[in-house]
Parts: sequence; C-alpha cells; structure tokens
Amino acid sequence: MGAAIEAQGLTKRFGEVTAVQDVTLRVEEGEVFGFLGPNGAGKTTTVRMLCCLISKTSGNASIEGYEIGKKEDQVKVREIVGILPENVGLYEELTAYRNLDFYGRMFGCPDRQRQEAIERLLKMLDLWDKRDRIAGTFSKGMKQKVAIARALLHDPRVVFLDEPTANLDPESAKTTRDFILELKKEKRTIFLNTHNLDEAQRICDRIGVLKTSLIAVGSPDELRASLWGRKTVVHLVTLGRTITAAVRDLGYSQIEEAGMNKLIIDVKDPDAENPAIVGAIVRAGGEVRFVTELRPTLEDVYLRLVKSGGAQA
Amino acid sequence: MKEFAVYRRKKYIIYSLVAVPLLLSLILPLSILLPTSSKDISASVLAPLLENEVTIFIILAALLPAIIASYSLIGEKIEKSLEPLLATPATDGELLLGKSLAAFIPSIGATYAGAILYIAVVDSLATGRIGYIPLPDWNTAVILLTTAPLACIFSVEFSVIISSRVNDIRAAQQLGSLVILPLLAIFLLGETNVLAPNSYDMLIVSGILLVADVMLSFVFRATFQREEILTKWK
Repeated sequence: MGAAIEAQGLTKRFGEVTAVQDVTLRVEEGEVFGFLGPNGAGKTTTVRMLCCLISKTSGNASIEGYEIGKKEDQVKVREIVGILPENVGLYEELTAYRNLDFYGRMFGCPDRQRQEAIERLLKMLDLWDKRDRIAGTFSKGMKQKVAIARALLHDPRVVFLDEPTANLDPESAKTTRDFILELKKEKRTIFLNTHNLDEAQRICDRIGVLKTSLIAVGSPDELRASLWGRKTVVHLVTLGRTITAAVRDLGYSQIEEAGMNKLIIDVKDPDAENPAIVGAIVRAGGEVRFVTELRPTLEDVYLRLVKSGGAQA
Repeated sequence: MKEFAVYRRKKYIIYSLVAVPLLLSLILPLSILLPTSSKDISASVLAPLLENEVTIFIILAALLPAIIASYSLIGEKIEKSLEPLLATPATDGELLLGKSLAAFIPSIGATYAGAILYIAVVDSLATGRIGYIPLPDWNTAVILLTTAPLACIFSVEFSVIISSRVNDIRAAQQLGSLVILPLLAIFLLGETNVLAPNSYDMLIVSGILLVADVMLSFVFRATFQREEILTKWK
C-alpha cells in the first residue's frame, strides 16, 4: 500500500500567529486516521491545507501523489477528496436531492452516475424517502447525513471528516459512526478530525494528537504503551512485604502497592512475564485471586499528551 | 441553476425582480401620459421627456444586483455553505463567474423586460400625440445595450466586495445600493432639464463605466479567492 496522504514539515502562519507547525505524517491507503486535539489546535487548518482550500506557509504535502502546493495539482486534489466540513453548510432552501444534485454537477459527475450515486447514498443513509424535503426542515442529524452524502457523491478515494458526530444525538451519532465503518470496509482513506475519544478509539487505525504541532502518532495501543508502558495488576487475598520483596527480587523496580490488596507491576510483555510473577508470589506465600492488565483509556492518554505538549510521547 | 432555484424560494427577490421593473415601466409613462394636464404638453416637449426617462433603466440595472448578489453571497455566509462550495474542483475564477452571472442575468433580464414594457406603453399611448413612434431611439439602444449592462456589472462587482466585509444582508444591500447615486444624478439632471443626455453622452457614460468596471475587477477578483474567503471574510 502507498501513502494516500503525506505531509512533511507542513506549517501555516496567519501573520504572527502560527496555526500549524511542522506537521509530518503519513496516512496509508485505506487507513482511518484520527486527528485529535483541543480547540484551536490547528486540525481544521491542516485539513484545509490538505484539501487545497488554503495555502501552506512552508513544508510539503501530497494527496495520492498530487502536491498541494502545485497550482496544477490543486484542482486534481479537490477532485479526489471528499470533505465534510465542521459546518454542514447545506442550501437550506433546496431539497436534499437538489443539494446533492448541485454538488454532483460541481464535481462534474455525469447525469446517470450522479443520479445513481444520490439514490445509493440517500438509501444507505435512510433519507431516500425524504429526498424532496427542503433541507432547512431537516434535523441536525439528517443534515449531517446529507452532508456526508455530499462528501461521497463523486466517489472520492480520500475523505476528510471534520467532527462528523459533533452535536448529534446518540442515535444519529451511531448511524454516522456505522456509516464511517462502512466506508472503512470500502477501503477508502479516512481522515477524521474529532474530539470524541471513544469514537476515535473505535474507528481509527491510528491517531495523531495535534497541538499546533503533531505531538504523537500511533495506534491507540501504541500511544497507551508509549505513555504508560504495560502494567500487570495482581489481586491478592492479602498483600504483605514479603510478597512485594519477592516480586522485586525478580528485577522489577516499578511496583506499586495499591489499595484492596493489589500489586501493580510495570512489565514489558505480560504474556511472558506474568507466570513468573505469579510463581514468585505463590512461593512467597501469597494467595492470588486473579491477574488483570491495567489499561489507561484513550482519554487518559490524550489528556496526558495535551497537558505535557507531547514531552512524554 | 442552483441560484435561480434559491431565488424562486425567496419572495423578496422575486418581488424585486418583478415588481420594481413593472412599477417603473407603468408608473413613469402613465404619470406623464395619463393626467389631463399632460394634454397641454406639446409633442416637442413630450417626446424628449419620455426618451429621458429611459435612463431609469440604468439605475434599475444597477439596483437589482445589489439585492441579488448580496443575498447570494451573504446567504452562503449565513448558511456556512461557502466551504463545501470551495471544496469543489471549480477554480476561483469559475466560482466568481458563476456567482456574478447568477446576479447579472436576472438583473439585466428584469431590466430589459421592464424596458420593453416601458417602450410598449409609451409607444401605444404617445405615438398618436407625438406623430411618430418615439421609442426605441438611438439613445435607448445605447442605454440598454451598453450603459445598463456596464452599470449592472459595476454593481455586481461592488456588491461582491461589500458582501465580503459584512454579515448582514440588509446592510450589504443598503451599501450596495449606494452605487446608484451617481446614476441617479444623471436621471435627475435629465428630468429637470439641466441635462438632456443623448446617445453620445450615454456612450461617454458607458466609457466611464467600462473603465470603472475594469478597475474594480482587480479588487473584485482579489476579494474572491478561496483563502481570502475562508480566513478573512467576516
């Protein structure tokens, strides 16, 4: 697989203000890449640069090989990407169908292909029966669905979704997430800007955390491991000093005696190391109730990254 | 076509495009030709008076884009529909041309429709009294074929520039309407017999408008660029 999106040292300044600093990333074809970051971190600016909506100040980036800085490539980039902006921006006076038909024409879709695409997408999003309703009368969730259909009308290989479930009720958010997972099955490259960590964890193959500059990139598990390492939690009937000493004798220095008779041990490979730990505890007279792995949530990872500015990543 | 579909749902745009030309085309000639007092007006005075009134269609051609173009762009700003539009493969120039034509075509179309109605009313009511078919004359031809379209283009450009700086449709329309002031002066000077614009004068006015259109087009094109719209338009 090749890179669908590639950026090297991508930077954007607005006068004195640096919105995006030195972003280097690579998103593979068919990958779902989550872009996390606090408000004002530069996520939308990055997407706008990648979609050739605004210029870069320095650095380079390409979408499927087309360089965003080259004037002759910019139209091509806009042809092959689909974008769902933060604000859905439908024409409220037009019907759902007319909204999509207009954008299909703007993307140069031939009549038959455009009509089929509109029908297929509206049916997938459960809006076909409402195609002749004025978009201004739609709920937020329905508008979001029409906007998603709009982003996919011209069958783009790379899709940028900016906060696709923001402000949606749980049911609409789930429908939208399920639809993104469908797109993932179709092997489209998806670049997902989101604040929703649970969503990122469920959908994304890899995540980048942005705070003006990119402070960490990896799969959710890799990010957890890079910040927390892996921890084994041994739940005991009673916890005594001899047990802790027995584990320490195995060479583990990072041991924490937690409440409820729990011993938390930093390990590298739980599968390989846990049997030896449990054996040492049993030989020292300990009674093991069960063993678990301590997994920080993506929220823990994100908050630590954002607070530290990536120093620990 | 999208713009026209939107206009059809905006009653005040339809009223502006239909009612204003209709009223001007009927009220202006009827106010001169119907009152009994007008029967005392000699044919030598009546004919130039009716011919001078054609200049009102320059004002109309400049006024209508202020209403339509302001709605077209600020409506997009309010609905936040500019970003998806800018994400299409259309170039800045194509988008600008599309927006401009969407304001220009209905404005000039309504102006011409009004002018044709005006000519029909004048010819049907005044021909007998004047002794010849007064309109269209050369002055009318120059006004409708050069001055009015150039005034319309100027107004479209001016309205786009205004629309990039304000967020309120009415404020944009009011500011955009300022463009008619110098044109109104030509009409009023003609009405008060201070000036009797002939076709030669109108060609000079057209020349001035052409230069103004070209000069304003540089600002107009600089205003309508993707980055400018997404980052600087208020």
